[in-house]
Amino acid sequence: MSRPKDHIETSRWKRFQNWVNGETDILLDSMEIRQPEQPPEEEPISGASPDAGEAHPYTPLWVRPFQEGRSLRYFRRWYQVMSVLVCLGMIAALLWTVAYLPPFGDPANPANNEVAARYIEKGLQETGAVNMVTGMILDYRAFDTFGESCVLFIASCCVLVLLRLDAADRRMSAKERAEREKKRREAETEDRVFEPRHDVILQKCACVLVPLILVFGIYIVLNGHLSPGGGFSGGAVLGSGLILYLNAFGFEKTKRFFTGKVYRRVTLCALTFYCLAKSYSFYTGANHLESGIPLGTPGAILSSGLIFPLNICVGLVVACTMYAFYTLFRKGDL
Amino acid sequence: MAQALLTNLHETAAVVLFGVGFTVLLLHRNLIKKIMGMNIMDTAVYLFLAAKGYINGRMVPIMTDGILDADAYINPVPSGLVLTGIVVSVSTTALMLALTIRLYERYGSLDLDEILMRLKEEEPS
Repeated sequence: MSRPKDHIETSRWKRFQNWVNGETDILLDSMEIRQPEQPPEEEPISGASPDAGEAHPYTPLWVRPFQEGRSLRYFRRWYQVMSVLVCLGMIAALLWTVAYLPPFGDPANPANNEVAARYIEKGLQETGAVNMVTGMILDYRAFDTFGESCVLFIASCCVLVLLRLDAADRRMSAKERAEREKKRREAETEDRVFEPRHDVILQKCACVLVPLILVFGIYIVLNGHLSPGGGFSGGAVLGSGLILYLNAFGFEKTKRFFTGKVYRRVTLCALTFYCLAKSYSFYTGANHLESGIPLGTPGAILSSGLIFPLNICVGLVVACTMYAFYTLFRKGDL
Repeated sequence: MAQALLTNLHETAAVVLFGVGFTVLLLHRNLIKKIMGMNIMDTAVYLFLAAKGYINGRMVPIMTDGILDADAYINPVPSGLVLTGIVVSVSTTALMLALTIRLYERYGSLDLDEILMRLKEEEPS
């Protein structure tokens, strides 16, 4: 028969077991993570009216019907059943429609009409792009892509409006100004407390990964007219590389090259250049003028006229927007 | 009908996914889960569009071989539309999450019913 060893409490297995069960944390002293003293669970973070935080203790969803009135309970159950029924009805109607769709993958489908055929047959000599999707979205339908870039820019502006913690303004009253300042400082300290800093594993991984990710993103952006990729996907990769860098090294490092000013300038320049370049090419194209933009040899990196610089513009806008989303959600400032 | 649904398997899956997303949107009261349901619906739309552009046995429209025949490539138009959809969905998701953060700061809850209840309480009647 086996019996427990005497020194089981201090044995390696026991410590491992404790770590697996989450009772001890071996990383506790080696990394700079400060836990907040009071986890702000019940109270709203800030800005709520003083009477909002009380009188509504949380009760689980399944308990509520037994506490509240009978009619409310029936209404809830009725609502759930009805919403499931509505969704099932919608799925059934849509499936009925799907059954009448033309068969999947058939060349004779009405979607595969002369538009797509013309894009493919004439696209290479008209746009110079080997990747026909890029040639289509940045040449034939470039205003659509301009609208997309503007949608991204406007979305980041809206998030900025919603989440930004402004610096105190001179026009405000003293009390309001003090409140603003307090809120701002709170966000800063919160960011410092919750986000781990000087995390060795993350920093070492980021040292290896961030250059690779950035180079890969630049490759995708620059080869958008030759291979799968383009401004949107490459910009997303670039933005994720920047976010990883920020997570590993903190705002002190990223502030040296990316501030709100840089964001505004880069986005504005990219969008303005896009607008002007495409307006010029649409103007000359509509009036049957010679645009004077060389198309180059298809397949070379410097080819396909305006598509190459437009891809760079779109990539810059997307990368900046991704990064701005992240910093705004994390800290409320760029 | 079952046979037709099987030939259009991708579209069927897209429609079912759309319905699942819509159900999540209706049944969950947590705002974050509603946003997730919205994203599932977006994904269903991408799947539908990509399925509409596919043609059996053809290549992606990247002309590395120098073939300029329209019968050799799939339809590039729905691919461009999916790109538009992805960008718009990212933008709307970011906007909705920002609005959710503001609502949480104001009312201290993510439950839509709670938020509406507090709104009614605070309303000057």
